[in-house]
Amino acid sequence: MYDAGKIIAGLVIFVGIVTYPIWGSIGSSVNVPVPVVKTSGTCVESAEYMRANHMQMLNEWRDEVVRDNNRVYVSQQYGKEFEKSLSSAGKASCMSCHSNKAEFCDSCHNYTAVTPYCWECHLEPKEEI
Amino acid sequence: MIEKALIGSRKYWTWITFLLVLIAVGLYAYSQQLIQGLHVTGMSRDVSWGVYIAQLTFLVGVAASAVMLVLPYYLHNYKKFGKIVILGEFLAIAAVSMCMMFVIVDMGKPMRLFNMFLHPTPNSVLFWDATVLSVYLGLNLLCGWVALQSEAKGIAPPKWIKPFIYLSIPWAVSIHTVTAFLYAGLPGRHFWLTAILAPRFLASAFAAGPALLILLCLLLRKISDFDAGDEAIQKLGTIVTYAAIMNFFFVGLEFFTAFYSQIPGHMHTFEYLFVGLDGKSALTPMAWISMLLGLFAIVLLIFPSLRKNTNILAMACVAIFASLWIDKGISLVIGGFVPNPFDRVTEYSPGFYEVLITIGIYAIGALILTVLYKTAIEVKKEAAK
Amino acid sequence: MDENRRDFLKKAGVGSLVGLGVVSAIGVIAEKEGKASTVSEDTSGTRLGMVVDTRKCPEGCTICSEVCHSIHNVPDFRQADRSPDLKHEIKWIWKEPYHNAFPSKSGAFMSESLLSRKVAVLCNHCKSPSCVRVCPTQATFKRSDGIVLMDFHRCIGCRFCMAACPYGSRSFNWQDPREESGKQVKGGKDINPEFPTRERGVVEKCNFCAERLAKNLKPACVEKCPEGALTFGDLNNPNSEIRSILKSNNTIQRKPELGTGPSVFYIV
Repeated sequence: MYDAGKIIAGLVIFVGIVTYPIWGSIGSSVNVPVPVVKTSGTCVESAEYMRANHMQMLNEWRDEVVRDNNRVYVSQQYGKEFEKSLSSAGKASCMSCHSNKAEFCDSCHNYTAVTPYCWECHLEPKEEI
Repeated sequence: MIEKALIGSRKYWTWITFLLVLIAVGLYAYSQQLIQGLHVTGMSRDVSWGVYIAQLTFLVGVAASAVMLVLPYYLHNYKKFGKIVILGEFLAIAAVSMCMMFVIVDMGKPMRLFNMFLHPTPNSVLFWDATVLSVYLGLNLLCGWVALQSEAKGIAPPKWIKPFIYLSIPWAVSIHTVTAFLYAGLPGRHFWLTAILAPRFLASAFAAGPALLILLCLLLRKISDFDAGDEAIQKLGTIVTYAAIMNFFFVGLEFFTAFYSQIPGHMHTFEYLFVGLDGKSALTPMAWISMLLGLFAIVLLIFPSLRKNTNILAMACVAIFASLWIDKGISLVIGGFVPNPFDRVTEYSPGFYEVLITIGIYAIGALILTVLYKTAIEVKKEAAK
Repeated sequence: MDENRRDFLKKAGVGSLVGLGVVSAIGVIAEKEGKASTVSEDTSGTRLGMVVDTRKCPEGCTICSEVCHSIHNVPDFRQADRSPDLKHEIKWIWKEPYHNAFPSKSGAFMSESLLSRKVAVLCNHCKSPSCVRVCPTQATFKRSDGIVLMDFHRCIGCRFCMAACPYGSRSFNWQDPREESGKQVKGGKDINPEFPTRERGVVEKCNFCAERLAKNLKPACVEKCPEGALTFGDLNNPNSEIRSILKSNNTIQRKPELGTGPSVFYIV
């Protein structure tokens, strides 16, 4: 192989840079966050369901509310009716119960490096914008 | 084959480096636009499309003009165009790529570009514009590359490429017609609401595109061994002549309808462009320069004794290209927004970052063109041996 | 088979397909009839609309505009010297001089009252909206009750709708609307937490207060107008208040000759 030294050295550097996310955080540890729910009462669905599906659900909700004017959600688990709303609708929105966004929403989102852009438009509760 | 573009003279690499610098500046400007928002441009609530969409409109025309080489050569066996058909197809590739880049930099939410394909909307002309442009890019890539590769191998192109080549002929007409439809179907914009907009677009495209091709052929003669041949260049010159005459004839028709009918909605934009409206006349110098350059070019082109002189032909091509760039690239798009639906005049001039981004995109197009043309020239040089 | 028979069968097959296609196309087209006059209206379903009584509109009053812009968090963009940024302003409902709102109506020898009159202009929520026709992602769409709505989640910011709207009703967010936060939104009030803001890069316009209609409330401008100059209702319901006003008053519309079928009427 021509220039074997340079090529192998370059490959090693490249692989090192590309795999940095894997070995770069050896030594430091971050605990899996546990979202804190400050209010009592039932959510729209169970915690396991919401953990797995809240993204899909919000995605469907925003099309159904805006495009079809279909604003009422009937819980599969509890049979209760909820208004489909992330942050508006006063006492009936997601944020009205999960108002501690930093501890509830952001803790998991930051851990998983997810930045949903909902908050570019939807207003966070009791926060100075 | 594209590795042939990696070997070049000092001048070649200086040119490439110059383009890369312009591209880097353009990328920086775009990053600023992404961070701060489109308000760094000169666009406003009243003039909501500006330089970016204007360049898109003009370059779609340049891209469509490849058909002026493909049609005579493949459909009518005009052998003299044999050497330069590839140049037309590669110019189309560069031009369509620039069109797409101009669309992306103009969008408010470019990260949502995929929405156009997730939610296809057949009643929207913009959807069709994106579709036909993408297919046209694919057609030119395919036809150009296969033809060039066959030439590199010293064989005739395969038979299956013929249907694609024939398809590219009506498709070229369609891309510019669909782009004209973006404007010609909008009920509130009387400057654009005219059936002759599509024919005007096509005429100016078939004048500006071949004019650019002539200039590129003459340039290639100077800087490389590639000679398109006098007959091919003169034939292109004839095409430019007729297309330019048709374009200005159509413009004259527009003037007649507007000013003989005396309907205010039809007249207002022409007044704004050529004499000013409500005391605002920022575009009048450009409109007059475009008109005079175009007529000057036609005078040079119409007399065969002048047209046959390559230097005069080159001058005429520069003039007609500049004239049509101003006409389509500035007067048409900006003029359509003046006056606004409330009969008020809001003027437009591009912002600083807007200009840098535009130059950057033109540099990317020039880079694509340089690399493709270098490849073609090298392949032809080797095939001739 | 010899070549001639094969050729014939090929041609016959293609020919009959084309023939069937042409016959059915003619059948479909023949069923549609064009009508030269648009005086009769299709009145099935709900069609929400508004009547603006410009005679009742007080001079200098901009309450409709202030209320709408404040409950919808419409930003108030300013230039560096705090003067209004007219190039980038966002407005959903505002007042225009009569002759700017109705440029095709005669401007010759106008009456005193019309010369000085300002009329409220807003999105007309057209029956045949050109903005909906051109939107490449259906981000602007017509709901079954007639409202032309924006889906801000889907808008790609191409601004084709702004070019298509013959009424200048639409505004684009050229910059982040929240940059004006801490300062007041238009209308002089603070952010309304009940309604989202918009993002930079999307187009917005009057939404006929769809969020209030969902709670059976009237649009804010209609409710808060101190003179009751705005009437809102179902144009397709012959017994509605808006229909009785339309029956008993001469009304005009903005640019009806364009065929957009606006749902906003004006009593002048």
